[in-house]
Amino acid sequence: MQIPVEGFMYPNEVELQWSVLIVLYPFITGLVAGAFILASLERVFRVEAVKPTYRLALLTALSFLLVAPLPLQLHLGHPERSYEMYFSPHRSSAMAMFGFVYLWYLMAVLLLEIWLDYRRDIIQKSKTSTGLLRFVYRILTLGSDNISERSLKIDERVGYFITLIGIPSAFLLHGYVGFIFGSVKANPWWSSPLMPIVFIFSAMVSGIATVMLLYMLSSRLRGKPIDIRCLDKIAQYLLYTFIIDFSFEMLDLLQRIYEADESFRSLDFMVHTRLWTSQVIIQILLGTVTPIALLGLTQTLKLTDTVRKRIYAISGCLTIVGIFAMRWNVVIGGQLFSKSFLGYTTYKMGFATREGLLTAIILMLLPFAILWILVKLLPPWLDAESFPASGATPAHGTG
Amino acid sequence: MFKDIEHLVRLAIVMALAILLFIILRAVAVPKSFGQYGHYRGAAITEIASRPVALAGRQVCEGCHTDVAAQKKLGSHVVLSCEACHGAQAKHADDPANVTPPKLDTAVVCARCHEANSAKPKAFPQVVTADHSGGIVCDTCHQPHKPNIENTPAESAQTNTSKKKEAKP
Amino acid sequence: MKITRRHLLLLLPAAAVAWKYVEAGTPEAAPNYKLTDHWWGMLIDIPKCIGCGSCVRACSEENGVPDGYFRTWIERYHVADWKIERPDVESPDGGKQGFPPGEIGDGKNFFVPKLCNHCADSPCTQVCPVGATFVTPDGVVLVDKEYCLGCRYCVQACPYGCRFIHPKTNTAEKCTLCYHRITKGLTTACCEVCPTGARQLADLKNPKDPIHEFLRSHTVQVLKPHMATGAKVFYNGMDGSVR
Repeated sequence: MQIPVEGFMYPNEVELQWSVLIVLYPFITGLVAGAFILASLERVFRVEAVKPTYRLALLTALSFLLVAPLPLQLHLGHPERSYEMYFSPHRSSAMAMFGFVYLWYLMAVLLLEIWLDYRRDIIQKSKTSTGLLRFVYRILTLGSDNISERSLKIDERVGYFITLIGIPSAFLLHGYVGFIFGSVKANPWWSSPLMPIVFIFSAMVSGIATVMLLYMLSSRLRGKPIDIRCLDKIAQYLLYTFIIDFSFEMLDLLQRIYEADESFRSLDFMVHTRLWTSQVIIQILLGTVTPIALLGLTQTLKLTDTVRKRIYAISGCLTIVGIFAMRWNVVIGGQLFSKSFLGYTTYKMGFATREGLLTAIILMLLPFAILWILVKLLPPWLDAESFPASGATPAHGTG
Repeated sequence: MFKDIEHLVRLAIVMALAILLFIILRAVAVPKSFGQYGHYRGAAITEIASRPVALAGRQVCEGCHTDVAAQKKLGSHVVLSCEACHGAQAKHADDPANVTPPKLDTAVVCARCHEANSAKPKAFPQVVTADHSGGIVCDTCHQPHKPNIENTPAESAQTNTSKKKEAKP
Repeated sequence: MKITRRHLLLLLPAAAVAWKYVEAGTPEAAPNYKLTDHWWGMLIDIPKCIGCGSCVRACSEENGVPDGYFRTWIERYHVADWKIERPDVESPDGGKQGFPPGEIGDGKNFFVPKLCNHCADSPCTQVCPVGATFVTPDGVVLVDKEYCLGCRYCVQACPYGCRFIHPKTNTAEKCTLCYHRITKGLTTACCEVCPTGARQLADLKNPKDPIHEFLRSHTVQVLKPHMATGAKVFYNGMDGSVR
């Protein structure tokens, strides 16, 4: 397969190293971090309005976090050796240390928080369900069936503490991914101290948008009314986070243009040609400026609920597309130009190959399938009759 | 009191067991020589160093081909390694009877060094083949192991590229 | 079910046994060649390079380099007069079959052989997540293909573009400075066949190595010094336009 090259590239640079799967990976972990931050708004910052989405956000984060290692495994030349990253991690490697950040976040933060929040429901279900499902719930109880007032209060305290740790952990999770790129001095498109910051904020934006859309979609599917106050609040947080994110991205861009170091001419040409559609049109105009403008309208004008919901839906979709485009532009864009600054190559994405488009699509759909299972197993709805009536009501989560 | 935190204790035990399992698996999985010289498998150094050699080196060639060695000493190609033209020949050196190097096409081999190119150092002998020999293969006139041609007019044997270039428009 | 003393009595000895295995295993027998006696580098004399490609071919044969990938390659530069920041560079098939005849334009033309710089502060070894690529005690950057995951982080981190992923082994690969040769007292394949002596292996720890005198009496550079990689391939007569 001949790869078209423009200008000069070092001979080994012509073939791209990191494919669309590596675009997918920061996108997915970003959704995790963002969804979790939204959940922690309610738990730690006591933003009552977003309560209906608390459990949904946690389950969304878990679904995506479980899928996150898959694009990496499919990309590796030797996935069967990936245990080496845990058994002999090279401490100077951001990638190696990230394995532990991921593990910490999964085990000590997310799973723990979900377990503590759902424990009462799990124990109840372990008593009322039958067959295989009963077995699953019984495992999840870890053999304890204590749902006394005091134990639930202890759960509440511990859960609060975990969420508290969870917020910096979520920042670390996705900031690390930004650092994996930002610390590569060989690549001027990536190398920047702003990279972890930009990744964190764009992660929050994508996560919030995803939970917002999932809440709207699930309410529609279940035929339940949407809590418009909740939606308004989420959209507000989305707007604020987006403005911060956009500011950082523009700062990076403006500084680059102003300083115009040796890489600038080459990168500028690349943006104007190969990345024009994905960066300027999709990421900036459609994926950032438009949603910010639309959301800004909802904050400044008096609009009806229906119109606001439409705007939220459109903005949410555009946001997600825009953030995906941002990951694409970072990962793929960073490999399209030569480190000699004298040439450009092309990304040839396969379709039904191990790292092809079809694989990427399947990996993007998989978290929703997992979420569907999780939602059935551990219903997150405030208005559900899916749990038998009980005495004590925990401070948040089920109603 | 304990009853109310029992589930957390159970959780702590599960985690402790998981960590223990991790430690045991690690001890089994990490190669023995890892960490010997640094954060890598020390045995890798030995493995990489024991790759079989493919280029024999001119001393080995000249050990058998003494006639060629003597011939080379008389000309400019004395500095040239045999395998620069003939390719890697360690296999041939190990089994001369059964592994024989193919005959070279001088039109291709000689041109790599001696075809005129503006990026080559000016002092390096180079010709525009079309002008120099009209396209006939190099070994028609030149013996590759002793390429210098004595007692010939300067025009044909020592074509100077820059002189030829001046003549062109 | 409560945790009893009996459980602990079983767990603790098991943990102790496991810990013994955790501590580093027995070292391999050291080869005859003494690692700490050497600190390898290379000297490339640009005014001497004729771009014949013998080095690229020899390396390819010596190390079984797959087609289309290069452990070493040659670049041809054309620098039009003062346009030092905009050279024209080409490397047809890495220079493996030499270069097609070049026209003379205004400016200068020259060849630059490239290879792994065996950096003392190598960014590629810094980013490897598992320790599959490393700097040996004698200064050669190697890849352990039995341990490499093929994550390609090292390929991204190398500023010089000297790494690639082998299509068959799916592990990272690059110039090994012919480690299997230099540890036997031979020189590298590329230096062995270079007709003009433009490439020369250098042992920076050997006081008798001609590199020391050469470095003292010539103007040399390394590639991309602003990256502070501690590169050990020294270029004599390198023009400022070289990337």
